[in-house]
Amino acid sequence: MSSSNPTAGAHAHNHGHGHGHDHGHDAHGDHGKYPFLAHHFDTPNQQFESGKLGMWVFLATEVLFFGALFVLYAIMRFKNPEVFSYASHYLDTILGGINTCVLILSSLTMALAVRAAQTNKQRMLVTCLSLTLVGAIGFLVIKYFEYTHKFEVNLKWGQAFYQPATEEAREIVKTAPTPAENPRLAIAAVNPSAGATADPIVPLPPVDRTAIAAPKAGPAGIAPAAMVEESTKPPSLAPVVKDNHILDPSMPPNTHRFFAIYYIMTGLHGVHVVIGVGVIGWILVAAIRGAYSSDYFTPVDLVGLYWHVVDLVWIFLFPLFYLIH
Amino acid sequence: MTTLDARSPIAAEAPDNYLTFRRGLLSWLLTLDHKRIGVMYLVAVLASFFVGGVMALLVRTKLLFPGEVTWMTAEQYNQAFTLHGAIMVFLVIIPSIPAALGNFVLPIMLGAKDVAFPRLNLFSFYLWLAGAACAVYSLLAGGFDTGWTFYTPYSTNTTLGGVIPVLVGVFILGFSSIFTGVNFIVTIHKLRPPGMTWFRMPLFLWALYATAVIQVLATPVLGITVALLVIERVFNIGIFDPSMGGDPVLFQHFFWFYSHPAVYIMILPGMGIISEIISVHSHRHIFGFRFIAFSSIAIAIFSFLVWGHHMFTSGQSPLMNVLFSAITFSVAIPSAVKVFNWLATLYKGSISLNTPMLYGLSFLFLFTIGGLTGIPLAVLSTDIHLHDTYFVVAHFHYVMMGSALIAMIGGLHHWWPKMFGVMYSEFWGRIACGLVFVGFNMTFFTQFMLGSQGMPRRYYSYDQIEGMAEAFKMYHHISTGGSYIMALGFVITGIYLLHSLFAGKKAPANPWGGASLEWQCTSPPPHDNFSKTPRVGDCYDFSAVRWDEKQEGYVVDTEAHTASTKNGKGH
Amino acid sequence: MASHSHAHASHGNEPQPLVGHLVSYSTLFGTGAALLFLTVITVAARYIDLGEANIYLAIGIAVVKATLVSLFFMHLRWDRPFNLMVLIGSMLFVVLMMVFCMMDVGQYKKDLVAGNPPDVQAYLQENAPYAPVAGK
Repeated sequence: MSSSNPTAGAHAHNHGHGHGHDHGHDAHGDHGKYPFLAHHFDTPNQQFESGKLGMWVFLATEVLFFGALFVLYAIMRFKNPEVFSYASHYLDTILGGINTCVLILSSLTMALAVRAAQTNKQRMLVTCLSLTLVGAIGFLVIKYFEYTHKFEVNLKWGQAFYQPATEEAREIVKTAPTPAENPRLAIAAVNPSAGATADPIVPLPPVDRTAIAAPKAGPAGIAPAAMVEESTKPPSLAPVVKDNHILDPSMPPNTHRFFAIYYIMTGLHGVHVVIGVGVIGWILVAAIRGAYSSDYFTPVDLVGLYWHVVDLVWIFLFPLFYLIH
Repeated sequence: MTTLDARSPIAAEAPDNYLTFRRGLLSWLLTLDHKRIGVMYLVAVLASFFVGGVMALLVRTKLLFPGEVTWMTAEQYNQAFTLHGAIMVFLVIIPSIPAALGNFVLPIMLGAKDVAFPRLNLFSFYLWLAGAACAVYSLLAGGFDTGWTFYTPYSTNTTLGGVIPVLVGVFILGFSSIFTGVNFIVTIHKLRPPGMTWFRMPLFLWALYATAVIQVLATPVLGITVALLVIERVFNIGIFDPSMGGDPVLFQHFFWFYSHPAVYIMILPGMGIISEIISVHSHRHIFGFRFIAFSSIAIAIFSFLVWGHHMFTSGQSPLMNVLFSAITFSVAIPSAVKVFNWLATLYKGSISLNTPMLYGLSFLFLFTIGGLTGIPLAVLSTDIHLHDTYFVVAHFHYVMMGSALIAMIGGLHHWWPKMFGVMYSEFWGRIACGLVFVGFNMTFFTQFMLGSQGMPRRYYSYDQIEGMAEAFKMYHHISTGGSYIMALGFVITGIYLLHSLFAGKKAPANPWGGASLEWQCTSPPPHDNFSKTPRVGDCYDFSAVRWDEKQEGYVVDTEAHTASTKNGKGH
Repeated sequence: MASHSHAHASHGNEPQPLVGHLVSYSTLFGTGAALLFLTVITVAARYIDLGEANIYLAIGIAVVKATLVSLFFMHLRWDRPFNLMVLIGSMLFVVLMMVFCMMDVGQYKKDLVAGNPPDVQAYLQENAPYAPVAGK
C-alpha cells in the first residue's frame, strides 16, 4: 500500500478495478473509466484528496490573512478600549444580526448542495446552490445599505470622519468659532481649570458657549487628573447627538480609527463574499449543465469549504464590531 | 552479470523530451508542464538578477567617491539601492530556488508526473510577471526610495509616485509565492509514488517542503501589511501613520512577521541544494539524514519566533527585546547541525571538484561567516552599535547572496545538464566560480570593517564623517573593486552557459553520479518525466553507481542497487 | 452505475459518493439550528454587563460556532486529520503573532501619555479640526 494514500480504501469504494490503489503510472484503466481524472493522478481518490488538501492549505493562508487584521484589531482595542465601546453603537446591530443569519443559512444550503452533489440529486443541487447565491447577494445588499447610511452621516475613515455631515451640523459649525478650531479644545483652553498654558499652537478665538456642550476633558497632556478620570469612564450607550458624531462631546479621541479598522475588516470580508458570488455562480452554471455527480463533485466541495470560511470570518467579526458592551 | 538501467543514457536519443514535445511560442506560454514553467521562471529570475545587479554596481560605483557626484544625485542613489533591494528580494531570491529550480526538479525527484495543480502553477508564474510589471511601472510612475522595507511613516509621506505601484506589485508577488507553496505541499503529500517514504525523500524536497510551509503561513501577512500601507497612503486612515494616531512600530511588527521568515524562504532551499551537491559530488551517503531533515523543519518554525530582532532599536519594549534576542540565538542550533553534517559528509568522501561542488564549498565557507556574524547582531548591547551600519549589510549579504544565491547558482550548474541536455565548459565554470568567490569576499568582508567602525548603511556620502572619511574611502574602494570582479564572474557564467546551449557537449543522463530519481530519466527529461514508474531506492546510496566510459556518464548497476536497497530498507 | 453496489449501505437507496464522506440531513440541519441559536445568545449577551468578561464570552461563543461549522459543514470530523492540523496550525500562528505583539504593547501601555503630541495635534488641527483632542 502506498504511503501517500494509506487510507485510500477506507471510505472510498473499490469499484472492482483490481489495481485501484496501485499507483502505477500507466494505470490507464482509471483514466479510461473516469474522464475527469487528470493525467498526473492515478486514482479519483488521490485527485479528490489532493484538491481538498490544496484547498485547506489555501484556507490556512486565508486564516493568516484575516488573522493579521484580528491582531491589528486586538492591539487597537487594547490601546483605546473606550473608542471601541463608544463607536460600536454607531453600528446597526439589527442589520448585522440579520446578515449573520443570512450567512449561516447560506452556509447550510451550501453544505446541503455538497450533499446533493454527492448523492446525484441534480435538482436539489441546483436549488441549494441558487439559495446560497441568493444568500451571498442578500448579504452584499444589506451591507450596501449599512455602508451608504454611514457615508451619509460621514462615519468614514481618516480626516473625512471629522467633517460635518448634516445641515444641522454645518450650521452649528458655522456659528462656531472661526478659523475652524476645535470648539471643545477652545473651550478647554479658556477654562481656567484646564491650566493657564493652553497648547501654543491653538489660537483662542471667542466662543459661543451656548452652541456647544461642555467638554469632558482638556487638551493633550494638560487635563487635570479628575478630568482624565472622567473621560475614561464608559460613555453612555446612545450617542448624544444622533447622526452628528463630531458634535458629540463624549466622543473619545481617535474614534476615526475604529471606523478605519471596521471598513478594512468588513471590506475585506465583503471582497471575499464578492469572490464567493463569482465562484458559486460558476459552479451553479456547471451544475445546471450537469457537470457534477456522485463520482465527481470536487469543485462543489471546494467552493463549499471556501464559503464556510467566509462564514467563519463573519462569525468572529459580528461580535467584535457590533456587540461591544 | 550486471544489467544497465533501461532509462539510462541511450534513451536520451528519444525524440520526445520536454523541450521538443511541442513547438512554438504558444506551447510555452500556455504550457502546464512543470519543467517548462520552471524554465520560464529561470529566465525571468535571471533577467531580474541582471537588473538588480546593475543597480548594485551603480550603488557601489557611487561609493567610490566620498562626496557628491554629478552623475547621481542623493535621491537617485536612494532609488537605486531601494530598487536593488526590492528586485533582489522579491523578484530574484524568493522565487529563484523554489519556483525556478524547485518547479523543475521537485516532481522528477519525487517520481511524479507533474505538480499537483499544474494550472495553478502556470497562474502563479503569470502572477509573478504581473508583479514584475507593477515594479517596472513604479519606475515610470516616479520611482520609490523607501528602502525595500517600506518603513512607515516615511513610506506614507514620501512624495515619489512609484510607492503604490510597487506595493501592489509586492502584494501580487506574494500570491505568486503562496500558490507555489500550496502546490509543493500538496505534491509532496499526495503524489509520492509507492516506496517514496518521507525518509527516502531527497533533502532538497524536505527543504522545499519547509519553505512551502513558511510561504503559506507568512506571506499572507505581508499581503495584508502592504495592502494596509496602500490604504494608509491613499486614505490616511491612521493605522500606521502617527499623524492620524497610527502606530509606525506596529508596521515593523507586521512587516517582519513576514520578512524574517522570508529570510528562511530564501536560505532553506539553498541549504537543500547544498545537501544534494555535497553528497553527490563527494559520492558519499549524506551524514545524518534525519538531523538535516528535521533541522529544516526546526528552522521553519524558529523563523516565526525571532522577527523582533529587527526592532531592537525601534522602541520595542525591553522584555520583548530580551525574548527575541534569546530565541534568535537558538536558531544557531539547527543551522549548525546542518553545517556539521555537511562537513561530516565530506569526510573521507571521494570529492570531485566540479563547478557545482566548488559553489557548494563556497557556500559552506560563506554561510558560516554569515551565520556567525549574526550572533553579534542578536546580542542586545552590540546591536545598538551595529544596527543600521554596513555590518548588517555585510551580514545579510553573506547569507542572502553568499549563501542563498551561491547555492542557487550551484544548483543551476548541478541540474543544467538535466534541464537542457548539454554540458557547459567545466574550465570556465571553475574560473567564474573562483572570481565570484574572491570578488564576493572582497566586496562584503570589507563591509564588516566599515560597519564596526561606524559607517551607516544607505548613506549617499561619507566625506563629512569626522576623522573616518579616509579610512572609509579605502574600504569602499576595495569593496567596489570586489563587486566588479564578482560581476565579471557572473558575466563569464552567463556567456558559457548560453554558449553551451548551442555548442555544448551532449549531456549523459547522469553526469555527476547522483542516485536520486531525476538522474534516472533522460537529459532532458521526457514530457511525462518517467515512461515507467520509477524505482525508488535510497537516494544517497552511491554504492551501485559506476562510471560508464561508453556513455561518458554514470549508470546505476541495477542488481547491486536492488540488493543495497533491500539492505538499507530500515533507513 | 458503480454506486449501486452500495445500495445496501447505511443510507438506504441513495447513491453513494465515489470519494469523501456523506453527512446526514439531521446533522446538517442540527448544526444550522445550533448556529442560529448561538447567534441569538451572543446578541443577548451583549446587554449583560460582565465587565471585562463580555469580550471573552463573545469570543467563546464565536469559537463554539466556528468549531461547529468546521467540524460538520466542512466535514473535518470525518476528514483526514492532517486537514484539521492545517487549520489549527494556521490559527496557532495567528495566536503567536497576537501574543508577541500584545506583549510588546502591554509593556509600554502604562507609559502612554494621554492625548496627542503637539505636532500630531497641529496636524489634526489643520486637517481634521473637529477631532476630539484629549483623553487617554
